[in-house]
Amino acid sequence: MKNFKYIPAESLEKASQKKDDSVLMAGGTDLLGMIKDDLLTPETVINLKSLKELKNIRYNAGKGLEIGALATITELAENSDVQKRFPVLVQTCKEIASPQLRNVGTVGGNLCQRPRCWYYRGEFNCLRKGGDTCFAVDGENKFHCVVGGGPCYIVHPSDLAVSLLALDASLEIFSNGKLKTVPIDDFFILPEQNETKENILEPGEIVTKIIVPEIPAGSKCAFIKFKERASWDFAVVSLGILLNTNGSTIKNGRIVFGGVAPRPWIDTALNTKLTGAATDEKNLKSLADSALLEAEPMSKNDYKIILVRNLLKQALIDLSKN
Amino acid sequence: MEKIHLQINGRNYHLEVPATELLVDTLRERLGLTGTKKGCEIGECGACTVLIDDKAVNSCLILTAQAEGKKITTIEGVGDYNNLHPVQQAFLNHDAVHCGFCTPGMVLSVIGLLKRNPRPNEKEIREAIAGNLCRCTGYKQIVEAVLDVIGQGEKNI
Ligand SMILES: Cc1cc2nc3c(=O)[nH]c(=O)nc-3n(C[C@H](O)[C@H](O)[C@H](O)COP(=O)(O)OP(=O)(O)OC[C@H]3O[C@@H](n4cnc5c(N)ncnc54)[C@H](O)[C@@H]3O)c2cc1C
Ligand code: SF4
Ligand code: FES
Ligand code: FES
Repeated sequence: MKNFKYIPAESLEKASQKKDDSVLMAGGTDLLGMIKDDLLTPETVINLKSLKELKNIRYNAGKGLEIGALATITELAENSDVQKRFPVLVQTCKEIASPQLRNVGTVGGNLCQRPRCWYYRGEFNCLRKGGDTCFAVDGENKFHCVVGGGPCYIVHPSDLAVSLLALDASLEIFSNGKLKTVPIDDFFILPEQNETKENILEPGEIVTKIIVPEIPAGSKCAFIKFKERASWDFAVVSLGILLNTNGSTIKNGRIVFGGVAPRPWIDTALNTKLTGAATDEKNLKSLADSALLEAEPMSKNDYKIILVRNLLKQALIDLSKN
Repeated sequence: MEKIHLQINGRNYHLEVPATELLVDTLRERLGLTGTKKGCEIGECGACTVLIDDKAVNSCLILTAQAEGKKITTIEGVGDYNNLHPVQQAFLNHDAVHCGFCTPGMVLSVIGLLKRNPRPNEKEIREAIAGNLCRCTGYKQIVEAVLDVIGQGEKNI
């Protein structure tokens, strides 16, 4: 690692006035990997962990859940209110990395982590690093995106992003001395908007909180992740779903896909078909088969579309049962 | 250089380390605590697992400076040749140590689990060691050893 200065953040203000050659660190589980691989060569690493007020997890009946961005993934999974009211988040946390990484990695860091494209993490000067080629296009693209790509074809690596979008969460961001709240849907961007970053954060902006509204009464939620190995791995594809049914029809719901696009993906055409759809197995199957119709798979990843449809089929059938 | 205070295996250390130094290197190179192993160095194998404030972490993905003021347990603080920890003894009894490279990290992940959950079931044990790669045993003997420690014998396997 190239030498850097290490400073604990004194305050949000101070941390956000950082210079271009300094980086923010939460748990460091992603950041240190980036620095070890020379993808980042900061002069200064500012540790946000000293901002204790960003660690709180609070539940308010009627209002929902507030997760401090610096809470660890383990702290989120072990919080008793989260276990009682938002079991889907516990389910998601347990699917993330390994226990050791969850004990250190934070919720904010999970949402802001950088992509895992092997060309990006390797010694390839690709588009995302300011080069002029995406090596995945003619290369090994088994784990790349099938929708929303171009000119870069990453998938977003965060599992929590998928569930939090299904739950319609918002992020509180410290920006230019003020706090602003942004729906998580508006936080993530596509490469066509900017192929060098995955979200709207500008230098110095800090995610302070994740706000999760109450799960509407009668709705059921689930997070399902398909990975290549039984222990830990990033998602090949994943699915976050919130569904409210009344016996024979779907009242409303939201479906979000992970592992298929450069951001957690809402298939709008599919989602608009949910309200009023009959919950008999045949109809749910055809609903699932209409997922990702707009996908344009790369040379080695069309299997993802079938996987997603099958996961969705199972989830719709399971959640429609009383 | 960073001035750091760590409590390692019950002993206080006041150190000066470069900001870039990783905890695994402080333990192994600076303090000679080579029981902590270094495998992948990217958070994937768990050989470098130590406990920080009783929680298992990968010491290869944490700066020593991040551990300032914390209580650290390495395998040297768990037991020694003449005085094995019950988890270590159970690993031996169940032939859960083959080449031994994963063992220190594995034992610490198990102890981290037992501190939070003294009576885990097989699923919880397997979840707790999911971040510890073992190329030799196939994990079965390790899980049996842990079940033995918590007094459930092999009946649940
Ligand atoms: C082996 C391995 C396996 C993994 N598997 C999975 C997996 O299956 N699923 C999954 O979802 N993730 C996985 N991860 C990613 C892991 O969850 C993230 O590394 C972790 O959540 C990042 O949190 P952190 O606090 O360590 O972030 P850091 O490493 O400290 O930061 C990550 C990035 O976010 C920025 N950042 C952090 N906090 C903030 C903030 N509050 N405001 C603004 N910017 C911020 C940092 O500047 C940095 O660029 C894996 C990681 C590893 C190493
Ligand atoms: S997919 Fe994106 S990150 Fe990967 S090689 Fe192409 S441009 Fe780079
Ligand atoms: S050496 Fe730390 S996880 Fe492999
Ligand atoms: S005993 Fe050899 S790696 Fe586990």
